[in-house]
Amino acid sequence: MIDVAVVATAQMPNVRSETRRNEVEMLMPVLQEVRERAGLDRTEIGFTCSGSTDYLSGQAFSFVSTLDGVGPWPPIQESHVEMDGAWALYEAWVKLQLGEVDTALVYSYGKSSPGPLHEVLSRQLDPYHVAPLWPDAISLAALQARALLESGRATEADLAEVACRSRRAALDNPNAQLRWDRSVEEHLAEEPIVDPLRRSDCPPITDGACAVILAAGDRARSLAARPAWIRGIDHRVEPMALGLRDLTTSASTHQAGQRAGVGDGPVDVAELHAPFTHQELILRAALGLDDHGNVNPSGGALAANPVMVAGLTRIAEVAQRILDGEAGRGVAHATSGPCLQQNLVCVLEGDR
Amino acid sequence: MADAAPPGEVLTAPLVIEYPFSRTTGPVIGAFLTGLRERVLLGIRGSDGRVLVPPTEHDPVTGEDLHELVEVGPGGVVETWAWVRHPMPKHPLDRPFAWALVRPDGADVSFLQAVDAGSVDAMSTGMRVQPRWADEREGSILDLACWEPKR
Amino acid sequence: MADLALPPSLQGVEPVRSVRTPARLEYQYTAGEATTRFLRGIEQRRILGERAPGGKVYVPSRGADPQLGVPTSEQVELPAVGTLTSFCVVNVAFYGQGMEIPYTSGLILLDGADLPIMHLIQECPVEDVRIGMRVEGVWVDDDDLAPTLESIRYFRPTGEPDVEVVQPGEGVTW
Repeated sequence: MIDVAVVATAQMPNVRSETRRNEVEMLMPVLQEVRERAGLDRTEIGFTCSGSTDYLSGQAFSFVSTLDGVGPWPPIQESHVEMDGAWALYEAWVKLQLGEVDTALVYSYGKSSPGPLHEVLSRQLDPYHVAPLWPDAISLAALQARALLESGRATEADLAEVACRSRRAALDNPNAQLRWDRSVEEHLAEEPIVDPLRRSDCPPITDGACAVILAAGDRARSLAARPAWIRGIDHRVEPMALGLRDLTTSASTHQAGQRAGVGDGPVDVAELHAPFTHQELILRAALGLDDHGNVNPSGGALAANPVMVAGLTRIAEVAQRILDGEAGRGVAHATSGPCLQQNLVCVLEGDR
Repeated sequence: MADAAPPGEVLTAPLVIEYPFSRTTGPVIGAFLTGLRERVLLGIRGSDGRVLVPPTEHDPVTGEDLHELVEVGPGGVVETWAWVRHPMPKHPLDRPFAWALVRPDGADVSFLQAVDAGSVDAMSTGMRVQPRWADEREGSILDLACWEPKR
Repeated sequence: MADLALPPSLQGVEPVRSVRTPARLEYQYTAGEATTRFLRGIEQRRILGERAPGGKVYVPSRGADPQLGVPTSEQVELPAVGTLTSFCVVNVAFYGQGMEIPYTSGLILLDGADLPIMHLIQECPVEDVRIGMRVEGVWVDDDDLAPTLESIRYFRPTGEPDVEVVQPGEGVTW
C-alpha cells in the first residue's frame, strides 16, 4: 500500500443561503485557498475528484460547469461521484494507490437552498415503493429515533445533550452555521416537529463547499510539515429497504470501522457525520466511542449540513487538527442515504 | 475595459424540472403492484424462509433468485412510527398523520406507509392496523392509500 | 428467473407491467454575479464579456475562466457584430419550439470575444448561410429590453465580405 495523507484543507463558511454567487463562483475561493495552503499550482495536481449532486441545483451536468473553477486546462485526469465528497476522497485515495500520480484535489460543494431539499432527497429512495410517498429526511430519521428511544438505549434528554453540546462547540468554529449555548431544558421545551424529533434535533439547511489535497509518500512529506496520514479507509452499505435493517444500530459503520482499524490505537478526536442527534449515539456505539469526550468539536452536521459536503468536512476537520499538531490520531465518518444506510470511516494519524 | 464589480441585486428565476416517468416493474414488483390493485398484499419467501415485504427479486443476504410469492395481511403491526405535525405538500395525507413501518400479518419484514390515526395519542408501537385501499387503483404503492387503526 | 408462483387470488388477472411515478421539483435558481452582470448589460443594450487577467474573453461569462480556474474580474464591452463560426439548419420540430422550420441557429464570434455565443440567424435563406459570414444583432424595441438574451431577436448578415475563420481551439497545443 502507498501511504497517502491529507496535506491541506479549506472550507467556505457555511450559510443558510448563498444568494449572490452561483456554484462555481462560490467554489473558486475554496479551491484557490486549498491549493495555496498546499503550495501547489493547479497544473501540479495529478488527479481531481469531486462529490456533488445535480439534483440540488436542478440542472443536469451542473457539476461539469463547476469544473470551470478548477481550470481544467491542459486537460486533466478528473472524476466525479454523485455522492458526498468523502466518497470522492475514497476514489482519489484508490487512484493514488496505483502510483501514477502523487497528488489529488478532492472537493465537494452543494447549495441546498435553491430547491425543495426534502423533495429532492426523496428522489434517492426506492422508486416503486417509497419515493411515490415523498417522505422527507426528517420523517425517516424520526422513525429511526423512535426505534432507538423505545429500545431503551437512549432518552430524549440524551438527544438534547448531543444537540446542545454540538452547537456550543460550534461557537469555536468560524465556519459553522448554527452556534449557540442552550440548555437541555430549553431543547426539551420545544414542541416536536416530527415526533419524536424536535427542530433542534435536526440539522440546518446549508450551502457550503470543502476541498482537500491528498498526496502520496515523499510528496506528502514535502508539502506538509505534519501530514495527516490515512491509516485506514473503508465504506459499507446496507439494504435500501428500511424494513430489512436494524435502524437502532449501524452494522455498516461498525464493519467499516473495524476494517479501517479504528480500534488499533488511541482516538484523540472523532468527527462523526450525524445530521440528527440520535444518529450520533448510534454511530458512537458502532465505533466503540460511546463515552468519548471529543466527538465533533467542529459542531458536526448539526451545526452545518451542506448536503454532499458534510462528510468530506468531517475528514477535513480531523485532518486539519492533525496538520496543526492539535491531535495525533483521529476518526472521521461520513454517511449517505436515509437513516445511515451507507457509511465510510477514515482513520488519520500524524507522525509521532 | 472595466472591473467586473459585484452587481447590485443578483437575478434569480424559477426553474422547474418535471419528469413523467413510467417504470417497468419486472415480474416480482409487478406481482406486488398487481396485488395492491386487487387489494391483496404480497410478500416473497426468502432463502431462510422469512417472508419479505415488499417482495424482492433476490434474497438480501444470499443473493439467490426468489420466486415463492406469499399472500400476507390484510392487517399488520406498527413496528416504529413518527408523527408529522405539519404535512408537506406531496405527503400522502394533508392532515397530521403518522409514518410507520408496518409488518403485515404473516410477514417477517415491515415497509413504509402512512397511518391515518387522527391524533398522535392514537399511535403506539405494537398497535394493530388495517389497510385503507384507494377507491381508484392502478397498480402502484398508492393503491394502499394508507393504514388506519384496526377497528 | 424461475417461474414466479402467483397466489390463487391473483391468477387470471392482468398483471401490472409498468407504473407511473411522475416527479416535479420547483427551484429558485440564482444566476450568480457574472451572469447577472451580463444580463443587466443586455437590458441596457450592451454586450459585456469578461476575462481574467491574461485570460481569454468569455461571453457570457459564468464567473470563471475555465482555462485558468480563476474569477473573470475584468469586463470587456463587445459590439453586437461578429462572424459566424458554425451553424445548424433545424428541420425537425420539437416540443417547446416556437420557430417555423427550417431555421438556422448559429455560433457567432463577436468581435473581440474568444468564444462564440449561440443565437438565431434570420433574414438569410438557409441555403445561403455559411461559415465566415459577417452578422449583426437585431435588438428588440427599447420598451421590450429585459435581462434575457431574447432582447436580441436574432443576428442577420451585415453584407460585409466573408472573413477567414480560425476556430477556437485551432492551433492550441498542450
